[in-house]
Amino acid sequence: MYGYLFRRLLGTIPVMLVVAVFIFLMLRLTPSDPAAIIAGDNATTEQVAQIRGQLGLNRPMIEQFFIWSGNVLSGDFGESFFFKKTVAALIGERIEPTLSLALFTILIAVLVAVPLGVLAAHRHGSWIDRIVMGFSVLGFSVPVFVVGYLLIYLFAIWLNWLPVQGYQRIAEGVGGWMQRLILPSLTLSVIYIALIARMTRTSVLEVLSEDYIRTARAKGQNERVVLFRHALRNAAVPIVTVIGLGVALLIGGVVVTESVFTIPGLGRLTVDAVLARDYPTIQAVILLFSFVYVMINLAVDMLYTLLDPRIRY
Amino acid sequence: MAEPVLEIANLAVAINGSGDRPYAVRGINLTVGANEIVCVVGESGSGKSVTAQAVMGLLPKNAMQVETGSMRLQGEELTTKSDVDLRALRGTRMAMVFQEPMTALNPVERVGDQIAEVLEVHTDLDPKARRERVLEMMRAVHLPDPEQMIDAYPHQLSGGQRQRIMIAAALVLDPALLIADEPTTALDVTTQAQILKLVKEMQGRKKTGVLFITHDFGVVSEIADRVVVMQMGRIVEQGPCEEVLRNPREDYTRMLLAAVPSMTPPKRSPVSGPVVLQTEKLFKTYGKRSLFQPRARIVNAVSDVSLTVRRGETLGIVGESGSGKSTVARCVARLVEATSGAIRIDDVDIASMKEAKFRPMRRRVQFIFQDPYRSLNPRRTVGEAIIEGPMNFGLGRKEALQRARDLMAVVHLSPDAIDRYPHQFSGGQRQRICIARALAMEPELLIGDEPVSALDVSVQDQVLKLLDEVRRRFDLAVLFITHDLRVAAQVCDRIAVMQRGFIVEQGTTSEVFAAPRHEYTRALFDAAPGRNREFFAAKAADMAAEAVVPGRPH
Repeated sequence: MYGYLFRRLLGTIPVMLVVAVFIFLMLRLTPSDPAAIIAGDNATTEQVAQIRGQLGLNRPMIEQFFIWSGNVLSGDFGESFFFKKTVAALIGERIEPTLSLALFTILIAVLVAVPLGVLAAHRHGSWIDRIVMGFSVLGFSVPVFVVGYLLIYLFAIWLNWLPVQGYQRIAEGVGGWMQRLILPSLTLSVIYIALIARMTRTSVLEVLSEDYIRTARAKGQNERVVLFRHALRNAAVPIVTVIGLGVALLIGGVVVTESVFTIPGLGRLTVDAVLARDYPTIQAVILLFSFVYVMINLAVDMLYTLLDPRIRY
Repeated sequence: MAEPVLEIANLAVAINGSGDRPYAVRGINLTVGANEIVCVVGESGSGKSVTAQAVMGLLPKNAMQVETGSMRLQGEELTTKSDVDLRALRGTRMAMVFQEPMTALNPVERVGDQIAEVLEVHTDLDPKARRERVLEMMRAVHLPDPEQMIDAYPHQLSGGQRQRIMIAAALVLDPALLIADEPTTALDVTTQAQILKLVKEMQGRKKTGVLFITHDFGVVSEIADRVVVMQMGRIVEQGPCEEVLRNPREDYTRMLLAAVPSMTPPKRSPVSGPVVLQTEKLFKTYGKRSLFQPRARIVNAVSDVSLTVRRGETLGIVGESGSGKSTVARCVARLVEATSGAIRIDDVDIASMKEAKFRPMRRRVQFIFQDPYRSLNPRRTVGEAIIEGPMNFGLGRKEALQRARDLMAVVHLSPDAIDRYPHQFSGGQRQRICIARALAMEPELLIGDEPVSALDVSVQDQVLKLLDEVRRRFDLAVLFITHDLRVAAQVCDRIAVMQRGFIVEQGTTSEVFAAPRHEYTRALFDAAPGRNREFFAAKAADMAAEAVVPGRPH
């Protein structure tokens, strides 16, 4: 198993390389010029050329790539064209809101969806099942921003329970931090609740017809324990897969939510960086997202072996 | 006799919705006394498992419920008990062992914990005391090295060991009643013999009453004190074991007994047709050591197997699970690649032939699989299943459909049924369809991998007759894989006995059955349930003198 882990970690190197080449090329193949944007509308051609020279954009593309990747390997992601800070510092200050939002969201999603899914499977065909499944279709279909504005209207404006938008750092008080996270997390979690609840229901339903569930009942075990100890753990592999996928997708999903709730996170940073053609920042953020994605997949694969002793690598 | 452990009177279980009958079982009257083994015998669908589930209170909710009648466990009425009260009885005073030890244990929980679960639910014992009790129980069911095994997962144990775990879990609180639902059906003969012995031993230990469900009269003759025969949800006959086996009163019982294949092979003249299949020093090895897995397990599934099958001949490969018999068949059909050795079909070595070159030859070797419920695609009509192969080999759709119709008649099914879906057929009919599907390819070699093992005895008999019929009619070479010696005796011209990948004995069926030379073959024969008994009822009287199974003191 350690051998497997080592090989998988080794395997991330070519993946990251491909990603790096890909982002680098994609950005430079898009028809736009960061130097022109920085120089502003009234700049002369000479000024733009000068800025281009400062940024190193006038060198051959291959050379640019090797300079950049060499710097990245030594831990230097460069300086933002637009924000006039190092990219590392920029990401450092934006990562907390995004991480908070993502973890909070997935926590809500798992805590709500898994019991709901189990319940729906247990009461298969009943009105509870139908409500859960109906909600799940709705959760898939309604766009994030609609849910977001609905929740803002309901909880922030109408009931006045929670702040409309904004973010407070965890260092400035956990209470305020959580209070401001609830609405955006709820918004984001809707689709994941739908996804995970559906998968849990299907998976548990399948397991419930297994022989060992009958065995557990024949031992006189009560239904709750049968469901959570015997059924859920056996149903866990597909559920964990979906949760893992969810976490990965979330990183992309926060972009809209951060905009709606004006949270200064990586999602907002990405949008701003793209609008400003801020190459170093875009490259670093996407590289980071890809790395997290690969690591989450690895973590999920490792989790399988804990959940099911039959899975060995 | 003292108060019976279980007394069922006039039990009827209703099926909700539309079924082929409104009641799963009806008018069931039976008792199980202390220290008594009552065997319930019947074909699938006869209601024997439903009866057991009704007693345990484990009928599928919303699908079936007890309508009338009474069930008394040690005099206590079960039908009026609440779910909570029933739960308290399950595992303590009545317990159940199931058919498939492979699936009846939770795969992600340690086996020790699964036995301990019963103690956890019903007693106040602390974890340490529970572990002690579990170890004690594991020793009682003769599991090797309980201290090690208690922390193992089910997939690390053999089928027999898993069934012992099930029995340990069922009996850990010494219930008065043990219900065993086909507990040995999924096991090898030798393992089956051991488990039967264990059930008897455990039953004698605490004078447990046992309700033993089976479809195998061999098993019945080994352990039953009394026999209950069921058909279509009703009891057709019951009585002491010897009496029912010797002098069955009902036609249905006689039919069931007559369907049990005889251990005596019929006379067969040697076959002298041309050799269709020849394997020479065939090896198949699984697993490979590599840089990262220097200690990977290497399994020699097939070792040094040389055999021949002639046109018009049936060669049986007999052995237990894991003996490599199925792997041989898969190598021959090139479903898996042989590691080394030669496989000649009509003198052409296909063992290492390139797939593209081999493809045209695939037609010549056809397979019939064990489980007709899973080997047909449920979403395609039977006709589609039959014509797919011939059409791959260039036959036009119209001709292929005509051939499919003809073949349906050959396997004694209605030619018009080709538009129906597999689920509309019974297990036996499905296996006939699988035979028709194989024949549609006009093969020279037919491989049957346990083709009748999933079928009821009476159906088994018909399918075996059909296989013999098509072999003669199309002059086929047949490779017949089975673990059932009775079946092998009836259909095979020659037999190869396999153990751990090797052929340990090979000869004509009558030779092997009359005088087995290898000790493993002898062990297989000894383990066959009811081996000394002929079940053919018509002959029962004649056989009475010689076929005596020593009765057990009641």
